[in-house]
Amino acid sequence: MTNLAYTEPKAKVIAGAKEDWELVIGLEVHAQIASKAKLFSGASTQFGAEPNSNVAFVDAAMPGMLPVVNEFCVEQAIRTGLGLKAKINLMSRFDRKNYFYPDLPQGYQISQLYHPIVGEGEILVDMEPGVARKVRVERIHIEQDAGKSVHDMDPEMSFVDLNRTGVGLMEIVSFPDIRGPEEAAEYVRKIRQIVRYLGTCDGNMQEGSMRADVNVSVCRPGDYERFRESGDFKHLGTRCEIKNMNSMRFIQQAIDVEARRQIAILEDGGSIDQETRLYDNVKGETRPMRSKEEAHDYRYFPCPDLLPLEIEQSWVDKIAASLPELPDEKKARFVKNFGMTEYDASVLTADVANAEYFEAVAKGRDGKQAANWVINELFGRLKKEDHGIEDSPISANQLGGIIDLIAKGDISGKIGKELFEIVWTEGGDPAEIVEARGMKQVTDFGAIEAAMDKIMADNPAQVEKAKANPKLAGWFVGQIMKATGGKANPKAVNETVRKKLG
Amino acid sequence: MTDLSKLTIADARDAMRKGNFTAVELTEQYLGAIEAADVLNAFSTNTPDIARAQAAAADMRIAKGDAPDMCGIPLGIKDLFCTKGVQTQAASHILDGFKPEYESTITSQLFDAGAVMLGKLNMDEFAMGSSNETSFYGPVTSPWRRGNEETKLTPGGSSGGSASAVSADLCLGATGTDTGGSIRQPAAFTGIVGVKPTYGRCSRWGVVAFASSLDQAGPMVKTVRDSAIMLEAMAGHDAKDSTSADLAVPNFEAALTGDIRGKKIGIPKEYRLDGMPDEIETLWQEGAEKLRDAGAEIVDISLPHTKYALPAYYVIAPAEASSNLSRYDGVKYGHRAKLNAGEGITEMYERTRAEGFGDEVQRRVMIGAYVLSAGFYDAYYIRAQKVRTLIKQDFEQVFAEGIDQILTPATPSAAFGLGEMANADPIKMYLNDVFTVTVNLAGLPGVSVPAGLDASGLPLGLQLIGQPWNEADMLNTAFALEQASGFAAKPARWW
Repeated sequence: MTNLAYTEPKAKVIAGAKEDWELVIGLEVHAQIASKAKLFSGASTQFGAEPNSNVAFVDAAMPGMLPVVNEFCVEQAIRTGLGLKAKINLMSRFDRKNYFYPDLPQGYQISQLYHPIVGEGEILVDMEPGVARKVRVERIHIEQDAGKSVHDMDPEMSFVDLNRTGVGLMEIVSFPDIRGPEEAAEYVRKIRQIVRYLGTCDGNMQEGSMRADVNVSVCRPGDYERFRESGDFKHLGTRCEIKNMNSMRFIQQAIDVEARRQIAILEDGGSIDQETRLYDNVKGETRPMRSKEEAHDYRYFPCPDLLPLEIEQSWVDKIAASLPELPDEKKARFVKNFGMTEYDASVLTADVANAEYFEAVAKGRDGKQAANWVINELFGRLKKEDHGIEDSPISANQLGGIIDLIAKGDISGKIGKELFEIVWTEGGDPAEIVEARGMKQVTDFGAIEAAMDKIMADNPAQVEKAKANPKLAGWFVGQIMKATGGKANPKAVNETVRKKLG
Repeated sequence: MTDLSKLTIADARDAMRKGNFTAVELTEQYLGAIEAADVLNAFSTNTPDIARAQAAAADMRIAKGDAPDMCGIPLGIKDLFCTKGVQTQAASHILDGFKPEYESTITSQLFDAGAVMLGKLNMDEFAMGSSNETSFYGPVTSPWRRGNEETKLTPGGSSGGSASAVSADLCLGATGTDTGGSIRQPAAFTGIVGVKPTYGRCSRWGVVAFASSLDQAGPMVKTVRDSAIMLEAMAGHDAKDSTSADLAVPNFEAALTGDIRGKKIGIPKEYRLDGMPDEIETLWQEGAEKLRDAGAEIVDISLPHTKYALPAYYVIAPAEASSNLSRYDGVKYGHRAKLNAGEGITEMYERTRAEGFGDEVQRRVMIGAYVLSAGFYDAYYIRAQKVRTLIKQDFEQVFAEGIDQILTPATPSAAFGLGEMANADPIKMYLNDVFTVTVNLAGLPGVSVPAGLDASGLPLGLQLIGQPWNEADMLNTAFALEQASGFAAKPARWW
């Protein structure tokens, strides 16, 4: 399936006090691998468990304990790599990143610095219909998550929860191809969409299943193009890394705030220190995470407890063959096959469950109609009630039944909406409801004519007026609809009124 | 009545099967011997209750007639092995009072085979040392003495407690671990047999890590036959250790035919060091002659990168150790320094580790952190790994040319006095490993066999280096060497 045509957006320009600036952004997205067991131990990854209940001896770094890699986690990383059209490295290796912190019991994080499992790929970041940024992915590597330090339970002590320690993460690292805060947020959204399609990460940002570190620098217009041509980072500004962002909104705000901070320093004749910063969304500022003296030297080296990870191409091929249709392809197919707008296709493919629901509704029916009903009625209503598609009280079958009744002319669109309400709150088969409650619209011309005749007989003055001024015919239409309880086929009513009034 | 203290594992196994004595009787004899040998400081923890219970259980299995070879055999377990519910400190202050909730794979296998644990054995702290003087429990004394001198001698290290205990007949066998020579050097110093198996032959799960890519556990026993019996019980694939090899464990004892006719034994010229005592040189030559007399072909070989082995080892081992020992931070278990008001996590780390680790461990942690640090990694760690590859290739080359085993001295000298090296440059101590580290760097099996005594009556050992995964053939050559050497000396009891 070919993708839709698009053009790349312009880079965001921020006007400083003296001149214009552009942003250059790269992201490291940490996506928790959707696995029931941790990366190197059999302990559970269940969220929200009692503190320190999901901890194996390996996770607690007991003496003599050894990691054994969870093959399922490796498979998910490969799957994600394939989903990002990336190169899968048949030989990768685990390295130790050494630093001391109480929630890192081993004193090192097992990661993949030198030989990641996934190499270069790409992500198409949609900005609006017809506009998208192709962002290159540099690599994806597998690593362990750290635990959680709790500092606010006791005035003097800190506590450590190791439940998350050793949970498998995929770190998806982009090239500095992102050119504005909105693009960065959309980039994260797109990764979230893809991993959820793939089922490799649940993308739950509130529970910390997805977090991002954002690298931000600023440059003058034209410098970025010089960088892309030459590959020479000297054309770009010094970057700062904003750690641990867990919402699209804060990512956007933090980038904006950080860019403006850097611009102010530069326009003042200062220079940017390459450092790690944290975003404070209450104060709306970023600040350094640690002082220079505390800067870590991670002393990376290959983890001697684990052999190089060697995988077979045949396994990769098998995983590739099991990949689902991904968002870009699905969107293109919806536009092409259902004749819908790219906007509608985007809405319907945002989530794989939504797309599946829509396809079930659209099957054997008019695609545009199905799209309208799913987007406007169903999604609108779900949003209002704060439901996800999986909680929808109306099944695809039921919604399809409503659309069928309209298509057959059994009910009008207006009655259809009423029927939707009934099915939403009471459930049941739409056709049976229409039948049982006499909601079928009347297309019987005789009945409509009889009603018209009666109204004309009762209101001779109105007849005269309407004959003189055809615009007043609408009054009769209203009267007939009233008389038939709204079930009269509007088309038939209009025709009858026009005929009778001559 | 049999003198239970002079038995080998093979003797004890056969005698218990015949019903000559019970595992309980045997165990009582050794528990008594341990108590009487406190002065050697070989054991760090005694576990008589466990020993008695295991011995009683062993007797039931033996009575049933299907007991494994190690059933009822009283052993000492190096303090580096995690033993469930039993103090395991790696002879370090930083693991004060640590009792694991789990049993190492190797001790599990031994206990499943019916072996009896008499206690935990003293060692150099975190297995870092060649004289057992770095132990937080204090040094182990060798049962051997120089002639009539009363100077306390080192049993070697790091498995010094294991060596001393086996040599002094405080147990029939002991587990050891060998990262750069920690089984073979103390075995040589105390006149016993020590085997360092092929890397991956024995599981590392539950063994406190020193340098993960080099650490390998093995048996320390009185005879080559015993080493074959005990190694078989220790070896085997373990899914919990990713570096453990999924290979069948041969019957090593069955391989001990003593027939080495036609075997090619390599004599590497690079192991002839300047200033090496004549006694060592002579021992080596005589060893080669004995093997030739037994029908082997002696071949001069070259392992050209040998001289780089020790420096490479002292980059790689500390690098891994510096990372492996990061977990000892006072947060989760073991020693934690007392903090003053207002002090935080950084002070806790610094003081806990300063108090908890001895000088040698601190030295190696710092060397390791240094060689891995930004700007030095390529020059030290990467370079050392390249050297390691070259050393491995040296061995592969000679094995490809048909060499079956390589014969070298085990150590460059006999045992020295405790404290004699106290003021020496640490590098002088590191030279103890000069003949043994190559084997760890190349992941090969090696065995130290007692081969003679020096002028002062101290044991000297020879090392045989085998082809990877061919411990069986290596042990058979060691068996032939043992028979030809007829080494039977025992330390005169003075304790």
